[in-house]
Amino acid sequence: MKQLLILSGKGGTGKTTVASAFVSLSKTQAYADCDVDAPNLHLINHNNESYSSKEFYGLKKAYINPDICIACGLCYEHCRFDAIIEGEIFCVDTNSCEGCAVCKLVCPVNAITMKPNIVGALMLYKNEERVFSTAKLNPGNGNSGLLVSEVKKQMKNNAKEDTRVAIIDGSPGIGCPVIASLSAVDMVLIVAEPSLSGFSDMERIIKTARTFETQIILCINKYDINTRITEQIEKMCEEEQIEFVGKIPYDTSAIVAINNNRPVTDYEGKASDAIKQIYIKITERLLDKV
Amino acid sequence: MKIAVLSGKGGTGKTFVAVNLAYVNNDSVYIDCDVEEPNGHLFFNPEIIQNNDISVKIPVCDNDLCNGCKKCVLFCEFNALAYIGDRLMVFDKICHSCGGCQIVCPQKAISEKDKTIGHYEYGYSNNIMIKTGVLNTGETTGIPIIKKLLKDDNYNTGRDIFIDCPPGSSCSVIESIKDADYCILVAEPSVFGAHNLHMVYDLVKLYNKPHGAVLNKCMEGENPSADYCKKSSITILESINFDKQLGLLNSEGKIISQESEKYRVLFMSLLEKVKSGMKK
Repeated sequence: MKQLLILSGKGGTGKTTVASAFVSLSKTQAYADCDVDAPNLHLINHNNESYSSKEFYGLKKAYINPDICIACGLCYEHCRFDAIIEGEIFCVDTNSCEGCAVCKLVCPVNAITMKPNIVGALMLYKNEERVFSTAKLNPGNGNSGLLVSEVKKQMKNNAKEDTRVAIIDGSPGIGCPVIASLSAVDMVLIVAEPSLSGFSDMERIIKTARTFETQIILCINKYDINTRITEQIEKMCEEEQIEFVGKIPYDTSAIVAINNNRPVTDYEGKASDAIKQIYIKITERLLDKV
Repeated sequence: MKIAVLSGKGGTGKTFVAVNLAYVNNDSVYIDCDVEEPNGHLFFNPEIIQNNDISVKIPVCDNDLCNGCKKCVLFCEFNALAYIGDRLMVFDKICHSCGGCQIVCPQKAISEKDKTIGHYEYGYSNNIMIKTGVLNTGETTGIPIIKKLLKDDNYNTGRDIFIDCPPGSSCSVIESIKDADYCILVAEPSVFGAHNLHMVYDLVKLYNKPHGAVLNKCMEGENPSADYCKKSSITILESINFDKQLGLLNSEGKIISQESEKYRVLFMSLLEKVKSGMKK
C-alpha cells in the first residue's frame, strides 16, 4: 500500500478539497483525515453515513486528593507547566497539566493520583469497498500527535491487503500532528497558495517534510489570485528539484461542491479539470515508485 | 484590553483581521501566536529591536554515573528515554522537559541542558509593536514560545493587544486565548468553515469568553457559517465580501486598511463593535 499525504503549511490552501477529489477519482480503498484539530474530510460524501466511534485516551492527568494534601507546595514548585493552583489546599489545572506525573513523584504524602483522560474520539467508516479513518480532538486538548498516529494505524489495520493507494489529508502547520502524519508515507503532496504568507509557510513545510525520507511534489491552488507569486513558486520548485504537478485556478464551483457535501470533481469547471490532470500525474508517479 | 482572533479552520483570514485591527487601532501590540507559520510580520515589516532564542530543558546522562537501573525510562510518560546497549538515549523531540527523570535518578546521573526550539522577535512598524514567535522546523511544540510572547509584559502594558492565534482548537489555541478579554471568531462561508466555527465556538464557551464572529470571503448564495451563527445566537460583527482586488493586495502582504479608505472604515467600525461588546 502506497501512502500519499497532503500537506500545506498554511491553512485553507485547499488540502481537503484536493484530498476529497482524489478519494473520489481514485475510488481508493483506504483513506484518512489526520487533521484531528479541525477534521473536515468526513463532510464530503460521508455526511449521513453511520460509523463506529471509540473514545481516545490521552496521557493521564494529575488529581490532588484534598483530604490528604498538606499544602506543602512541593508539587507547585516542581511543575513546569504552571498546572498546580496554589491555595489552602492545592489543585490541578487540568487544561495545563501535561501528565508528566512529576507532582505525584514529589508529593511526600501520596495525595496525588493520575487519572485517565479522554481527549477525543477515533472514528471508522467501513464497508465492503473501503475504509475511512478519522478522529476528533476535544477542544483545548493536547496529544494530537498520538491521535494522528492512531488514525493512521486504524486505517492500515482495516485496509484490505490489495489496497494500492491510500490518501491521507494532513493538518496545517509544521508541529506535532504534522510530524506524526509524516512518518512512513511514500509521497507528500504540498498544496501551495500564491501569497506572501503562503510562500513563507510552504518553505517551512518543505523543510519539515525533507527531514523524512519521502518524495515531495507540489501543486498550486487558486494560482490566478497572484500570478507573480505563482511564477515564483514554480521557479522555486525547479531550483529545489521538487516536482511541480500542476496548478488549479480559483473557481467558485469548489465552494458550491463543498457546500453540497460533494467533491469538486463531481462538478464541471476549471478547478475540476485541473485537479483531474494532477491526479493522473500523481498516481503515475506513486505507482511507478518501488 | 486583549483581543484574540481565532478560527479553527486555517486560511479563513485570522491574520488579515488581526493585522488590520492592530493597524487601525494605532499604538497597539500585535502578537503572532501562530508560531508554526507566523505571517503577520510579512504585512508589518517591522524594524526588529530585539531577537532572542527560546530554549527548553533536555536531559543529559552522565554514563559514568548511570548504573542502568532504568528508573528514568519507566518514569517518563512521554517515552522520550530508552536504555539501549549500555547507555541512555534521549529522544529530545518528544521530551516535554518535565524534569522528572532528573528527580527520579538515584545515581544523580542526569542533568539538563538547554535546547533551542525557536526564537522571538520584537519590532516596531510606526507605533505598532509587532511580537512574532517562530518555531524551528522539526520541533513539535511551540507552547513555550507562545507562553513567552504573552507573558513578556514589558511591552504590553497600557496598550491594546491583538493576538493572532494558531488554527485548530487544541492546546496552543488555549494558551493563546487564556488571558484574552474578547475573542473574534473568523469563518468562511462553507460547510468546512461552519464546522470549524462550531469547534472554536465550543472552545470560547468553555472558557466563558465574550465573543463575536466575522464572516470573511462572503459571496452570493448560501452561507453555512452565517446560518450557524443565527442558530447559535452568535453575534455577527461583520461580513466581509469576497473581493478579488482585496485578495491580490492581501497576497502581496499589503495592509488593506492602509490602501483603501473603504476597508479602513470597515475595520474601525469592527473595532468599535468589539470594544462595546466587551463592556457588556
